[in-house]
Amino acid sequence: MSEEKRRPTPEEKAQAAAEARAKAEALRKLREQEEQGAEAAPPAQEEAQAQAADSQEEVAPVAKPVSEMTPEEKAAAKKAAAAEAIAKAKAAKEAKESAQQGDGASSAEGADAEAKAKAAAAAKAKAAAAAAAKAKAEREAGGSPADGGDDDAKAKAAAAAKAKAAAAAAAKAKAAQATGDGAEAAETPKAPSKNQPYLDKYVLRITEKFGKEVLEASYINELAKEVPTLVIQNERWHEIAQFLKEDGQLAFEYLSDLHGVDYEDRMEVYYHLYSYKNRQSLAVKVKTSREQSSVPSVMDVWNGANWNERETFDLLGIHFPGHKDLRRILLPDDWVGYPLRKDYVQYDEEV
Amino acid sequence: MNQNILTTSVDTSSENGIRTEEMLLNVGPQHPSTHGVFRLVVKIDGETIKEAIPVMGYLHRGTEKLAENLNYTQIIPYTDRMDYVSAMTNNYVLCHAVETMMGLEIPERAQFLRLIAMELNRVASHLVWWGTYLLDIGAMGPFLYAFRDREMILDLFNELCGARMTFNYMRIGGVKWDAPPGWVDKAKEFVQYMKKELNNYHQLVSGNEIFISRIKGIGKFDTSTALDYSLSGVMLRATGVKWDLRKDEPYCIYDRFDFDVPTATEGDCMARYQVRMAEIEQSLRILEQALEQFPSEGEVIGKVPRVIRPPAGETYVRIESPRGEIGCYIASQGKDKPWRLKFRRPSFTNLQILPTLLQGESLANMIVILGSIDIVLGEVDC
Amino acid sequence: MNALLQQAPSWGNTLWFILAAVILLAVLLGFVTYAIYFERKVIGWMQLRIGPNRVGPLGLLQTVADVTKLLLKEDTRPKHADKALFTLAPILAYAPAFAVLAVMPFTESIQFADLGIGLLYYIALSGITVLGVITAGWASNNKYSLIGGLRSAAQMISYEVPLVMSVVGVVLLTGSMNLREIVEAQRDVWNIVPQFIGFAVFIIAAQAELNRTPFDLPEAESELVAGYHVEYSGFRFAMFMLAEYVYMFGMGTLITILFLGGWLPIHPALGFIPGIVWFVLKFSLYIFLQFWIRATMPRLRVDQLMSFAWKVLLPIALFNILLTAVVVSYQNGMF
Repeated sequence: MSEEKRRPTPEEKAQAAAEARAKAEALRKLREQEEQGAEAAPPAQEEAQAQAADSQEEVAPVAKPVSEMTPEEKAAAKKAAAAEAIAKAKAAKEAKESAQQGDGASSAEGADAEAKAKAAAAAKAKAAAAAAAKAKAEREAGGSPADGGDDDAKAKAAAAAKAKAAAAAAAKAKAAQATGDGAEAAETPKAPSKNQPYLDKYVLRITEKFGKEVLEASYINELAKEVPTLVIQNERWHEIAQFLKEDGQLAFEYLSDLHGVDYEDRMEVYYHLYSYKNRQSLAVKVKTSREQSSVPSVMDVWNGANWNERETFDLLGIHFPGHKDLRRILLPDDWVGYPLRKDYVQYDEEV
Repeated sequence: MNQNILTTSVDTSSENGIRTEEMLLNVGPQHPSTHGVFRLVVKIDGETIKEAIPVMGYLHRGTEKLAENLNYTQIIPYTDRMDYVSAMTNNYVLCHAVETMMGLEIPERAQFLRLIAMELNRVASHLVWWGTYLLDIGAMGPFLYAFRDREMILDLFNELCGARMTFNYMRIGGVKWDAPPGWVDKAKEFVQYMKKELNNYHQLVSGNEIFISRIKGIGKFDTSTALDYSLSGVMLRATGVKWDLRKDEPYCIYDRFDFDVPTATEGDCMARYQVRMAEIEQSLRILEQALEQFPSEGEVIGKVPRVIRPPAGETYVRIESPRGEIGCYIASQGKDKPWRLKFRRPSFTNLQILPTLLQGESLANMIVILGSIDIVLGEVDC
Repeated sequence: MNALLQQAPSWGNTLWFILAAVILLAVLLGFVTYAIYFERKVIGWMQLRIGPNRVGPLGLLQTVADVTKLLLKEDTRPKHADKALFTLAPILAYAPAFAVLAVMPFTESIQFADLGIGLLYYIALSGITVLGVITAGWASNNKYSLIGGLRSAAQMISYEVPLVMSVVGVVLLTGSMNLREIVEAQRDVWNIVPQFIGFAVFIIAAQAELNRTPFDLPEAESELVAGYHVEYSGFRFAMFMLAEYVYMFGMGTLITILFLGGWLPIHPALGFIPGIVWFVLKFSLYIFLQFWIRATMPRLRVDQLMSFAWKVLLPIALFNILLTAVVVSYQNGMF
């Protein structure tokens, strides 16, 4: 084929893609520094895709409606404000904890990523602290009506809103990231979910059999129809999967969904299991690093995992050792890179 | 694409002194019975299939990646293009996921409109399946009958939302358009008409000797296999599992209506045919009740913030699409765009069992089995 | 025509032969054109469509336009096809279908050759068509074509057997293989009554011989795309199409002659209507049946098709022969 000649080899492609990625990375870092220097302090991870030039302009229009809405006291805005207040409280709490956590997280993530993670954690801590400090001022700014025409007040409100958004996002990201599960459970003092007994049962069964350390976290996911969610240790996942399916009391014989998520500092594979016997759902999350992402395959436990794992491999580059036929499924075999990764840079612009 | 398949070595044996070869046959991506750009590489010995390797991705548009740069309302049109035969359920699953995260209240009228739209779409989708399945088996008439009746549903949709295939009808918190005056009566008329037509269909096809002999006992599997392969919808119900998310994990307002979940126990193509046909009947039953109870007035979209920002966290919801369980996973960072959006596509998951089912079958059965799975390639490739 | 055949060959009568053949060909092309038109129209009506209605009044020129298009199309041939066989195949498929018409008595007077073994001639020649189909399947160098060709070979050979067996009853009853005599023997009652079993077997086997629904496996567009003529286009494709319809014409004629009493009227009192009208009416009835079946039936599977031929049709046909033989012997006072 004449096309073949024209086409670069996969190695070349990979190299080119790597270069492009490195470039993007450098650009991102540069931008990050600028941002931090300017004390705008949006968390590093958010800036990954945002354009430096655009970001200033982009944030302002978003913030504007917020400042306009506040005087109108729309119900929605109120709700949002309430949510943010909680987030801020959390952020303040997080700020304190983050130093220790930063250490813990980074050590878990491997030596080469340590320095980076630490820096990021520090930056985040700073941002969070700044946000917490500003919280009061903001609330006042938000609460006092911005009296229409007053440009100054408006600008102030906009700036405040901007900072607020950044802080909230940082707090939330943080919460979701490291101890998110624990924090979430802690901050819902309302009546326990109807699924709480089930969760307790699952946790009990698993810890009885495998010990406490295999469960990294367990909580009720309020956002997903209160599904009991377990975060399971990567190394032990395969045997636990087997147990989940075969244990008479658990009997999760059906794998509804399997997919990966790229959280920029780690990868997660999400499983949604269902037991037709007990008519109960269970969500399982397994974490893995971004650099050497690998999660044990459960294809031999649930055959339905076959193509889903292939798809996850195809789009996110998570390897599933134990899978019998781990090939790309949706993209061509000679595709370079994993498109659903957040740092994906397209190799071939023509595509 | 997938060079390794093309270079798979072909066995050459010389029993009886005759040199025989297995043949690699490319079924698709341009083939009348793969229902889209699906490719099946089959290794055949005579007409017997030794091995079948599905190859897909020809219609992969990266919906999930695109969605990460779109806000939630902008994603809805993309869902239309996944399962383009039943776009309403796709619309719904996305909206439902976001609404679940945000805890939104949906107005009564919108709920009804959504349910009616979804059920009409289910009927339309099953009609398409029925027609194309018989076309696969060699009967052309039913195809045209089915499409004539589906056309009426599309006309109804056209009046409702101005589109026939890619509706873009639902919004987070409700639906985009209210039903035009007289629409409900037209829909009622259609339901009555369709009930009659369904009888005709059964008379024309369901008892046909040739048809029965083509589908009975073909593509058989049992419940535990179905569960193992994560099959859902009709594929699962045809093995005897009485499971329908509309009934067992009610969403929308399905719990208010009286309907059965048809099942069959044989698990072959015949069972799947019967279950689908019975499902049309049940959908019509739901429609009849829903149209009767349709609220005379009310809002069609609830109180929704201007910018939709689900709280940080993740959700996974699943609903019953005509093809099976369609799920939607959203990981949100509290922004107006999803951090990660993932659809569990029933066509994709159900298709997994195909290589197993095809082993040792003939080419003619291949078409029958593939047809009975009822896939839509837009959804398989996403 | 018979007198012409008896003459010593000369330029004069050769010209006559050619002229007669051309006239028959013209009639045939006319038939094929309008058979296709009516097929589309009738199936259209059955499927709640209108059918062709754009080209010419009532769409009557639709097929003409289609044929013209086919003739004007580029003649493509796959690169690695077997050139000689690829070219030969359509001719091989078409020629016998046309040749069988030579012995058909359309009326008492319109017949080309009155062979004593007309029936045998028909059966022998019609068997050649399958060669054209296999050749086409092989020469195209396409996997779908090959499968289609082989399916077709298996099918046509299998169904030839019950087809022949089912007409043995008619031959026994008449005591002749001359088609004219077979028609004449039906003056009192058409063969469809005493030979109903034979008729049923014949109709089914004929359907399979013609590769038409529900036995259209060699083409099976949903499985094999188009079977043996996947790679054919333009004029060569038209030849296959033509062969199919000419063969249908031949089969319709044969059924009319063997079972429906040829040009004989339903009742002697209606004898004032010319024989050709009766013939065309009966013939059209069969052709309509073809369309009807095509609009209604799904397709069989290969193994079902084969077992149907050997396990159902053949025993029935054999039983029919036995029954006829016994009855005929009884009538002749053998018991």
